[in-house]
Amino acid sequence: MLKTLLTIAFCLLAITSLALAEEQGTPAALVNLVRQDCGSCHGMTLKGGLGPDIRPDALGHYDIDTLSTVVLDGIPKTAMPPWRPILSEADARKIAEYLLKGDTK
Amino acid sequence: MKWLYGAVLAAMLTGTAQAQSVVATGDLGLVVERGSGSLLLVDQSDRASLTRIKGLGDLSHASLVYSPDERFAYVFGRDGGLTKVDLVEKRIAKRVLQSGNAIGGAISDDGSLVAVSNYEPGGVRIFDAETLEMVADIPTGSKTIGLVDAPGKRFVFTLWDAGETWIADLNTEEPKITRITGMGNNPYDALITGDGRLYITGLFGEDGLTALDLWQEDPEPIRVLPGYGRGKAELPVYKMPHLEGWARAGQEFVLPAVGHHEVLWVDGDTLAETGRTRTHGQPVFAMARPDGRQVWVNFAHPLNNTIQVIDTVTKQVVHEFKPGPAVLHMEFTPRGNEVWISVRDAGKVMIYDTRTFEKTGEIDAESPSGIFFTARAHRTGL
Repeated sequence: MLKTLLTIAFCLLAITSLALAEEQGTPAALVNLVRQDCGSCHGMTLKGGLGPDIRPDALGHYDIDTLSTVVLDGIPKTAMPPWRPILSEADARKIAEYLLKGDTK
Repeated sequence: MKWLYGAVLAAMLTGTAQAQSVVATGDLGLVVERGSGSLLLVDQSDRASLTRIKGLGDLSHASLVYSPDERFAYVFGRDGGLTKVDLVEKRIAKRVLQSGNAIGGAISDDGSLVAVSNYEPGGVRIFDAETLEMVADIPTGSKTIGLVDAPGKRFVFTLWDAGETWIADLNTEEPKITRITGMGNNPYDALITGDGRLYITGLFGEDGLTALDLWQEDPEPIRVLPGYGRGKAELPVYKMPHLEGWARAGQEFVLPAVGHHEVLWVDGDTLAETGRTRTHGQPVFAMARPDGRQVWVNFAHPLNNTIQVIDTVTKQVVHEFKPGPAVLHMEFTPRGNEVWISVRDAGKVMIYDTRTFEKTGEIDAESPSGIFFTARAHRTGL
């Protein structure tokens, strides 16, 4: 019984610390998505490829709302696709924040 | 007597040294580790990784070609790095940073020249394969894609922004350029067929592809599958498909559709549509097994954990499986008995028998992407 309780307590602790870690930074899965999947057009270092440079200096003219909208709805008549079918509005916002502030690692 | 022992010993040592210095490269290959800027040297027959070669810079979307003797690989990095790797000595032989942002390259049919396609500054630069010194600079004023080698010491490439294809003839000191306009809106990649005759570019900005018959004196754009998606809603494209010289499957070519979950079949002679196969997702690579009997297809994010195998006689999907998260590339062994598949987020290259579909091996790799066997050295367009 004690063992079960301890296991539950440990799990709760693990979940809480995971949630805290995610609140402080961009979730690892989203960073991976930006680097790998946005990266297939914008380059893994985001300096541009077939798509333009999306590092903070290049995105300076965007505010967070506009950038989130671009992520969600894409840019018509260009290769930038709408990510709304895959991403929630909250995730798009986190991605926009991440792009505007740059990678702090 | 002592001198005799010495002589025998010396002979034995020489023999050993010679045995060690012989490295056959015909069944070797390189796997790009995109995150760590390294390559894995692999042995296709042993299904084994031999060593890791480090220090190649940004290898996201990297590709490579081989010298005719299968000793050297020329690796085209995203950061503009051009690296010559020695497979025999298992090390970097030379490395130059030739631009700020590059996308692929090619080697001339005689093996003397290596060409690199650049986004920034847009154009193609050509290097001596021996020394990596630049011998020609061909600015295009546009992001340049679909660079391939063509027979007769020529390179062919296409301009994403301008919708033009250029043929560069390198038989003279100053390259002779032929420009072909009207290739279509936003060509995203191109391939040349194994016989060096047809250059086919896929279009992002419109439904269809455009071909050039390089056997013609003045090749003119030939529309292929114009309006193939007509009447159907276009789906978002999360990854541009790739066109590679593995498109010939029997009498037909198989090509990935853009914005639709299908592969398209066209007649190898007339280029008229012969069929379509509905697929699991948006195809990225549609690669014919070397004998042309099967086509293996992988897919764009978020459906990129799956592979489908299509029988080319019936055009039906005959096998579907999930190797793991983020399947990026496939490479057949030269006779097609096995296929190597890079599964990026599993950190593995997985090996399958192409007839039984059973897994025959796996190799650990750091975020593996492209897989390139040395047999490519002898194929036009690879």
